[in-house]
Amino acid sequence: MSGFGNAFSSSIGKKFIMGITGLFLILFLIVHCGINALIFLDDDGLKFNIGAHFMATNWIIRAGEYVLFIGLLVHIFQALRLTLQNQKARPVKYAVNDGKANSKWYSRSMGLLGTLLLIFLVVHLKDFWVVSRFTGIPTVDVNGHENLYGVMKVKFQDPVRVGVYILAMISLCYHLLHGFASAFQTMGWNHSKYNGIIKNVGVWYSIIISLLFAAMPIAVYAGLIK
Amino acid sequence: MSDINSNIPEGELTQKWTKFKSSVALVNPSNKRSIEVIVVGSGLAGASAAATLAEMGYKVKCFCFQDSPRRAHSIAAQGGINAAKNYQNDGDSTYRLFYDTIKGGDYRAREANVHRLAEVSTNIIDQCVAQGVPLAREYGGLLDNRSFGGTQVQRTFYAAGQTGQQLLLGAYSALERQIGMGKVEMYTRHEMLEVVKIDGKARGIIARNLITGQLERHFGHAVVLGTGGYGNVFYLSTNAMGSNVTAAWKAHKQGAYFANPCYTQIHPTCIPVSGDHQSKLTLMSESLRNDGRIWVPKKKDDNRKPTDIPEDERDYYLERRYPAFGNLVPRDVASRAAKERCDAGYGVGASKLAVYLDFKANTERYGKIEASKAGNHNPDKETCMRLGTAVIKEKYGNLFDMYAQITGENPYETPMRIYPAVHYTMGGLWVDYNLMTSVPGLYCTGEANFSDHGANRLGASALMQGLADGYFVLPYTIGAYLSKEISVKAIPTDHPAFVEAEAKAKGILDTLINIKGTKSVDHFHKRLGLIMWDKCGMSRSEQGLKQAIEEIRALRAEFWRDVRVPGTSDELNTELEKAGRVADFIELGELMCIDALNRNESCGGHFREEYQTEEGEALRDDVNYAYVAAWEFKEGVNFELHKEELKFENIKVAQRSYK
Amino acid sequence: MSTGNMNLTLKVWRQKNNKTAGALVDYKVTDISPDMSFLEMFDVLNEQLINKGEEPVVFDHDCREGICGMCSMFINGRPHGPKDLVTTCQLHMRSFKDGDTIVVEPWRAAAFPVVKDLAVDRSAFDRVIAAGGFISVNTGNAQDANSLPIPKMQADAAFEAAACIGCGACVATCKNASAMLFVSAKISQLALLPQGQPERYRRVQSMVAQMDSEGFGNCTNTGACEAECPKGISLENIARMNRDFASAKFISEETV
Repeated sequence: MSGFGNAFSSSIGKKFIMGITGLFLILFLIVHCGINALIFLDDDGLKFNIGAHFMATNWIIRAGEYVLFIGLLVHIFQALRLTLQNQKARPVKYAVNDGKANSKWYSRSMGLLGTLLLIFLVVHLKDFWVVSRFTGIPTVDVNGHENLYGVMKVKFQDPVRVGVYILAMISLCYHLLHGFASAFQTMGWNHSKYNGIIKNVGVWYSIIISLLFAAMPIAVYAGLIK
Repeated sequence: MSDINSNIPEGELTQKWTKFKSSVALVNPSNKRSIEVIVVGSGLAGASAAATLAEMGYKVKCFCFQDSPRRAHSIAAQGGINAAKNYQNDGDSTYRLFYDTIKGGDYRAREANVHRLAEVSTNIIDQCVAQGVPLAREYGGLLDNRSFGGTQVQRTFYAAGQTGQQLLLGAYSALERQIGMGKVEMYTRHEMLEVVKIDGKARGIIARNLITGQLERHFGHAVVLGTGGYGNVFYLSTNAMGSNVTAAWKAHKQGAYFANPCYTQIHPTCIPVSGDHQSKLTLMSESLRNDGRIWVPKKKDDNRKPTDIPEDERDYYLERRYPAFGNLVPRDVASRAAKERCDAGYGVGASKLAVYLDFKANTERYGKIEASKAGNHNPDKETCMRLGTAVIKEKYGNLFDMYAQITGENPYETPMRIYPAVHYTMGGLWVDYNLMTSVPGLYCTGEANFSDHGANRLGASALMQGLADGYFVLPYTIGAYLSKEISVKAIPTDHPAFVEAEAKAKGILDTLINIKGTKSVDHFHKRLGLIMWDKCGMSRSEQGLKQAIEEIRALRAEFWRDVRVPGTSDELNTELEKAGRVADFIELGELMCIDALNRNESCGGHFREEYQTEEGEALRDDVNYAYVAAWEFKEGVNFELHKEELKFENIKVAQRSYK
Repeated sequence: MSTGNMNLTLKVWRQKNNKTAGALVDYKVTDISPDMSFLEMFDVLNEQLINKGEEPVVFDHDCREGICGMCSMFINGRPHGPKDLVTTCQLHMRSFKDGDTIVVEPWRAAAFPVVKDLAVDRSAFDRVIAAGGFISVNTGNAQDANSLPIPKMQADAAFEAAACIGCGACVATCKNASAMLFVSAKISQLALLPQGQPERYRRVQSMVAQMDSEGFGNCTNTGACEAECPKGISLENIARMNRDFASAKFISEETV
C-alpha cells in the first residue's frame, strides 16, 4: 500500500477533493468575472475582446482550461458519489425533520443548487464557449479581434435567456455562500482569529461575484451599455 | 466479638499496604493468559478494574446493562475527586485524608482500608491526567483544587461540574483500548441475574441479553461486581433510573454478606420534588456550598420572595450552629439541619420542603476582587454583581443552567431552593481487605461494597474509592486468590451448576411474566420508596422501622401476587427488567430496616430519633455498636447477623464536632 | 401541583425489533404538568399503556440529568426537541403548549439500527473509540500529575471537546448522518493535550477509518450538529480533525 493509504478515499479525503476543487473554481470565477466586467467600461467591448482574445490564445490559459474542466468534473463526480453515500447513511427518512431549526437551507441544498448550476453551465457553454472555440465568432471588432462582445449583445436580447442567467446567478450566490467558508472548514483552515474574516470575505465574495455576473445580461438587455 | 475475618495484614498501619503489595503472590504472564475474570459493571470501579486486569494480561469479560460502558452512573458525579497531593501547600497529607475520611464516616469504617485509600489517592490523579482527563487548571498550567465538605484543606480535583463524566470517560477509553486489542470482551445491554458457584467458589454468572432476552452462561475464575449503589430502593433518588441492587443482591443470596445496609447518604443540596410525576431527583453539586450560603427565613411561613427578605430576617442556620465549618459541614449534618428547619415550619417554596442556597454574598465578593484586578478599587454594587456573576458562571455555569432548566427559575437572580435527597449508599456487600466477599472468588468494588466510608461518605470520595479499587487495589489483591487457581481449567458451561443457576434465573423471569396482575412495576416501586423514605430515611425510630418491616413484607406478598409485566421474556422488555430489580429492592428494603432497627445508635447517615444529644446531634454508642453489621441471607428472606469489630488503633474515637 | 392541565397528541414510532418494519402510532395523554420532563410524560403514557394491557414504549434513558447520553428522541423533527443545549431528559413540558401534537421518532441512521421502538444501537460509537480514542497508558505508568503543566486555555479547550456525552444527536440531525462531530470531539480533546501527542497522527487515521467503516455519512458543513448538540460541541473540532488528518496523511510518515 502506498504511503498515502486512504488519504483521498476516506470520508475526509473525499471532502478534501471537494474543497480543493471548490476553491480552484472560486479562483477561476474571479478571473472570469474580472475579464467579463470589462464590458462595463462601455467601450463597445474593445477591452473585453482583448481579454477574451488573450484567454483564447495564451497557451498557459489554454492548458489551464483543461485543468479547469477536470476540476469541474471531479467536483461534480465527487459530489454525486458523496450524495449517494450520504443517502445510504440514512435509509429510513424522518417523518418530520425540522432542518431550518438548525441549519441554512442552502447549506442543505448544495446538491440541488449545484445541479441547477450544471444545467445552466450547459446553456452557458453552448452560448459562448462552443461559439468561440468551435463554430466561430462571426464578426471582428475595430482592433481586428474576434468580437465576442458582439455575440454577447445578440444573445442577451432574449429575455428568457436573461431570466435563466439571473436565476442561475442566484443559485451561484447561495452555492458560494455555503461553499466558500465550507471549503476552508473542510481543509481545516480554521483559527479563532481568522474565522470571522473568512466568513465575511466569503459572504462578500459570493454577493459581488453573483451580482456582477447577473448585471451583465441585465445591462445588455436594458441597453445600459453600448 | 468479630466472627468474620477481614484479612487485614499485620503490621503498622502505614506499612500494611506496602508490605502487602510486595509480598502478595504473583501470577506469571503465561498463566494470566488462561485465567478469566468476569467484571460486572462498567462504572469507575468496573471499567478501571476491567481495563487494568486486561492490561496485566488476564482474559476479561465485562458486562453492563446500558447500551455502552460510557453511560454508567459514575458519569453523573459532579463535584470532584479527593487526593492527598497537598498541591495547595495547606498542610494536607495521607494521614489527614485518612483521618478526615474516618471522622467523616463517624468512626464506622475500617482503618486499614481507609488508609490504603488515602495512600493510592495520589496515584489516581496521576493516572487520570496521563489518560488525558482534562482536570481544571490554573493559569500557571498546574492543577486547581477546591474545598469540599468535612475538610479544612483544598484537596478536591475537578473538571467544572462534570468530574465524574471526565474520570469515567478516562476509564472508559482505557477499557475501550483493551476491547480494541481483543483483551476484554464487552457485553453491553446485558444484566447479571445469577452468580454461579462451584464447590463454594464463584465461577461465573448467568446474564440476560436484554435485547434478545436470552440467558447466557459465562465462566470466570473469579467474578468482580462493580455494580454501584442501591439508592433507588427509595424510588426517588439522585441515582440513574437503571441503577439497581440486583447483581449484589443475587450475590448476597448466594452467600455474600451484606454489610451496613442502613447506611444511606442523604445529600443536602438537591432540587426539591415538584410533584407526583417525579421520576428522579437531581443533585446540585456540593461544590456549590463553597460559594452558596444556606438560609431560611427567621419567621415561620414567610411567603415573601427571597430577594425581599432583608439580611437580618434570615437565619443562616449552618453558620449559626457550626461556626467552624459553616456551610461546609458534612452531608449528613447539613441534611439533618435542613430537615430540622423544615419540620419546624421554616421551609420555603410551594411544598415548604426546601431551604435557600444563596450566591449573592459571594457573587458580590468575587465582583469586588475582579474589579480591583481591573484597577477599580471602589466599584458600585451593580458592577460587583455583574463581574461576580461572570465568575460564578465560570465556576458553576452548567449547574446553574441545569437548575434553570428543571425549575424554570433563574438562579443568578433568585436563590436556589434545595432539599436533601437520597444520593449514595455506604452499605453494600461485605468485603475483606482484599475486596473479596464472603464467597471465595467473588469480589466487590466501588459503591457496591461497604468498605471505606463508614456511616457517612465525604464529598468527592466516591470517585476516589471507585478508581482506587479498580485501578490500584483489586488488580493486586485478586492475585492473592488467582495465584492459587492457575491449575483450574476453564469450566465448561454445561456444568450442572450453570444449568441450575440458569434455571433459577429463568424461573424468576417466568414467574414475573405469568403473574399477570393488575398493578405496574412502578406502582410497587413508588410505594416501597415512600415506606423507605418515611421510615428509613433521614431519621428513623424503633416504632417506625417495625412498622416499615411489616409494610414491606405485605408489599412483597402483594407484588408477587399482583404485579403486571406485559410482553414476553424473549424480547427487549423493560418492564420485565424493572420487575426483577424491584423484587430485589423490596427484599433489600426489609433488610435495611432490620439493620437500622438493630443499630441502636445514631451515626453518620443513620439517625435514630431515640439516640441524639440534647442539641440534636447524632449520638453514637461505641461500646456496643463499633462493628460492621454483616448480614447473611437465609432461606425465605431471613437474615442472620455477623459482626466485624472495628478497632481504632491510630485514631482517637471522639464525638464528631464541626462546631 | 402534581397533575397539570396539558392534553397532548403523540405520534410515536413503534417497531418491535430490527427485523420488522415500524410505524407511527397515535396516543393521547392528558393532565400533563408543565413541570414534568419529556421522559416523565412518557412515563405517564407507559403507565397508561400498561394499565390497558398494552406494551409500553421502549426508549433509552438512564441518568435523567442530562449527562449519561442515553436518552435519544427525535422530537418534532429535532434531536432532543425544541430547546437548545439540553437532552431529552432535561426538556420540560413547559416547552410545549396544551393541544400540541408531538411526533417522536428514533435516531435514524444506517449506523444506528433501531433496537425497538425509540431505542437504537449506538455501539458504532464505542467501536470508533476502541479504534484509537485513548492514550496508551497502562495503570501505574503515570508520572506526577503536575510534572506536565498545560496552558489553561488549552486545557479548557480540551475539556470543552471532552464534554461530549456520546448521545448521537449530531448523527441524528445531520442530513448525511455523519458522525464527524462526535469523532472530532474525541480527537480534538486528545490532540489539544500534550499527553495525546505521541499517538496524535495514528489516532486520527485509525478513528476516521473506523468511522468510515461503520457506514456514517460525510460531513457537508451544514452546522446542524453543532446547533443541536446538547453540550455545545464546536464545529472547530471537525476542522481540527481534518487538519490533523491532512497532516497525518501528507506529512507524518506513520501510516495506519
